[in-house]
Amino acid sequence: MASVAKEWREIPGRYNLQGTKCENCGKIYFPSRSFCPKCRRDSIGKMTPVKLDRKGFVYTFSVVHEAPDCNNRQKPYAVVMVKTSDDILLSGQLVDVEPENIEIGMPVRAVLRKLDADGPAGVIHYGFKFVPDY
Amino acid sequence: MRDVAIIGIGATKFGELWNKSFRSLGIEAGMKAIEDANLSGDEIDGLFIGNMSAGRFINQQHVDALIADYSGMVTNHIPATRVEAGGASGGVAFREAVMAVASGIHNTVMVGGAEKMTDLDDASINSVMDATADAEWEAGMGITLASNYAMIARRMIHDHIATREEIAAVSVNSHFHGALNPGAQFRKAVPIETVLKSGAVATPLGMFDCAPISDGAAAIILCPLEEAKKHTDSYVKVSAVAQASDTLALFQRDCITEFKATQVAAARAYEMAGITARDINVAEIHDDYTVAGIMAMQDLGIYKTGEAGKAFLNEETHFDAGNVAVNTSGGLKARGYPIGAAGVAQIVELTEQLRNSAEARQVKDAKYGLAQSAGGNGSAVTVSILEAI
Amino acid sequence: MDVGIVSYGAYVPRYRIKPEEIGRIWGVDGKAMGKGLMIYQKSVPSPDEDVVTIATEAARDMMARVPDVNPEDIGAVYVGSESHPYAVKPTATIVAESIDATPAMTAADMEFACKAGTAGIQACMGLVGSGMVEYGVAIGADTSQGAPGDALEYSASAGGAAYLIGTKNIIAKINKTLSFTTDTPDFWRREGQPYPLHGGRFTGEPAYFRHITSAAKMMMEAMETKPEDYTYAVFHQPNGKFPTRVAKQLGFTPEQIEYGLLTPNIGNTYSGAVPLGLANVLDHAKPGDRIFVTSYGSGAGSDAFDITVTNEIENYKRDNAPTIERVLENPVYLDYGTYAKYKGKILMSE
Repeated sequence: MASVAKEWREIPGRYNLQGTKCENCGKIYFPSRSFCPKCRRDSIGKMTPVKLDRKGFVYTFSVVHEAPDCNNRQKPYAVVMVKTSDDILLSGQLVDVEPENIEIGMPVRAVLRKLDADGPAGVIHYGFKFVPDY
Repeated sequence: MRDVAIIGIGATKFGELWNKSFRSLGIEAGMKAIEDANLSGDEIDGLFIGNMSAGRFINQQHVDALIADYSGMVTNHIPATRVEAGGASGGVAFREAVMAVASGIHNTVMVGGAEKMTDLDDASINSVMDATADAEWEAGMGITLASNYAMIARRMIHDHIATREEIAAVSVNSHFHGALNPGAQFRKAVPIETVLKSGAVATPLGMFDCAPISDGAAAIILCPLEEAKKHTDSYVKVSAVAQASDTLALFQRDCITEFKATQVAAARAYEMAGITARDINVAEIHDDYTVAGIMAMQDLGIYKTGEAGKAFLNEETHFDAGNVAVNTSGGLKARGYPIGAAGVAQIVELTEQLRNSAEARQVKDAKYGLAQSAGGNGSAVTVSILEAI
Repeated sequence: MDVGIVSYGAYVPRYRIKPEEIGRIWGVDGKAMGKGLMIYQKSVPSPDEDVVTIATEAARDMMARVPDVNPEDIGAVYVGSESHPYAVKPTATIVAESIDATPAMTAADMEFACKAGTAGIQACMGLVGSGMVEYGVAIGADTSQGAPGDALEYSASAGGAAYLIGTKNIIAKINKTLSFTTDTPDFWRREGQPYPLHGGRFTGEPAYFRHITSAAKMMMEAMETKPEDYTYAVFHQPNGKFPTRVAKQLGFTPEQIEYGLLTPNIGNTYSGAVPLGLANVLDHAKPGDRIFVTSYGSGAGSDAFDITVTNEIENYKRDNAPTIERVLENPVYLDYGTYAKYKGKILMSE
């Protein structure tokens, strides 16, 4: 059985889109990083947690027909890359929309949904997915 | 630093090889290479194995030891190293081996690439592939590797870099050549309609846009250039081996319709070889997805952005078109894609071309060959240049 | 010190199924079933939704409407449901993380059939009123299951609403709450069983009607009020018929219960039913409106509330989140096969 710690550790990012900001140069990173690739040593001790805006628009998308086991009941399902309002690019699933209605540029927002479970008796993994932001 | 030559090559057929195990595949390719190099096997003083995931495919870690053992090299207790970099495992293993010989620390080295994928069910195989992207923030969120490339393709079409047909033409080109390669997994040319109508994998990409699941192995023997004549008349010079890295996740890139790692590795390779993109006659590129083939030809500087698609569609990439021949082996799509073997098999094909043994798919007067091998979302790319002697 | 509702949020999944489609599969006149129950369609959760995600969506909307409230000042989170994803491991902690309320707070899950949400409101009122916490969050949410072919399959649906209870800037003052509770086994589900069982018509008079009318009468006696003193009334609504009948029995008019009666349109959202009905009332309420609420949970008990809307509701940033009307727009209708797939009713290979 998979260790529960692995999923638990990622809760701030998975649930609340928590990333990090380099206080040296101001750049925001998601997922969290412990130092800034641009500032390197100058960023040590200057990385602060920051929550991304949950709103954005679709940068590109695909409708997945060959799905991994955890998404078998929902295929075909859509995945998207979203540009958030704070200009960060993120990947996730886009749900609550018909595949033919997905367009590059459409506004979306992040919500909490079930991603997976370790079988019927194991821990449930929650995380962000996107829905259209009408 | 001394120049390095390829003195022997070997490869198994690629395909769903139910009666071949991982170790039997590795040994078969190695034996062919040793024979091709006119060696006994005793001369090998180093072994580099490109293998992506024997740990997950066949539950076997430590495959360096397994291959060294079954190839008979443990009798001399030679150093054996397993290299992993997603789909670029073979390409990186090749670079490590070339550096080992060029540095003078090793003299006669074997590079092997091998993967046994079909002992696992399809869904599990796909999740191993997906783990070459960001396992936590891409695969863990429901993004498959195929869907990442599909998202690239959609953005490319949106940005007018290539049309859907041009992207599909990469597969048509690979199948055209696969029909000419006896070792290929798929030996039938296909019309573009087949690619465009194939079952959806992740839109807009379909089954024919995606390289297959395959078993197979390939091997190469390297030695210093000045010693090559001792072993064989048909040797080829390694002019450059370059490598570059990039972010693990696709969403961390500034631009998703190009692979910076390919661009950087290519620039380093051309400089090392003292040539430019215009000098390349034949290229083996990593078409695990058709769209990756379009990006590769542009990132390598062989075509300008927006032009590679047209070249594929107009069949300018055929072995006999008089331009840069692309994927005369059949590429990953038609030749097959046993992951760890891919990068090494590319070198095998280029060697055949440069020493004039490519038979039905021979490119006339091929002088410079280029191999581009990529892992995951283009997070590791090797570009190798070979020269005919 | 006045204790009341500071904010609220509501969520209902977008998928629906109609009773005639359910009846089609089981060889029953589904349309007639629907008419008899006064339920014309019910909500269905997507496979990736559950009480955790529904409660979170409602709670996040609730917080979006009060941007000046610091989530770290929330001292308690209670989620009431009869379809918590875990039998052991609280929904409340996941919701609390999702609204940044952790870690200096208490939390627990509640179960009391359909009144677990209002029970949570009462608990928060106690903690807030006694000064033990600054804000409490009470959520009622469910993704209830009806056994295939059973009458409950026409009504058991999914949805939830969240309430922020406090003393500052309250948009609705809870003047009083009281409850009427007995051991009455009208409807139950044993541990490990997938579907509940019920006592048929026993769920009516000795259960639903007795407890609601008793609590309601106790409340009006305590507050010295009559039905006409209230602008709106919200009653528990396992179907559209029961609340319509109990309202009439108590002397409330159809107009008074109209906004608070959502079940005909979305089915019985169990612990979410009264919280959602109240949310729809609050979407339309004006300062001075008086609201009479009586929930019902099988097993059995009723929680009654006497609520007065304050002037503060004019400053309330309701538009920061969708109203119930917006939430219920553009539903997507499913056939029974898709419904069964989404609800996990099909035997899958493990």
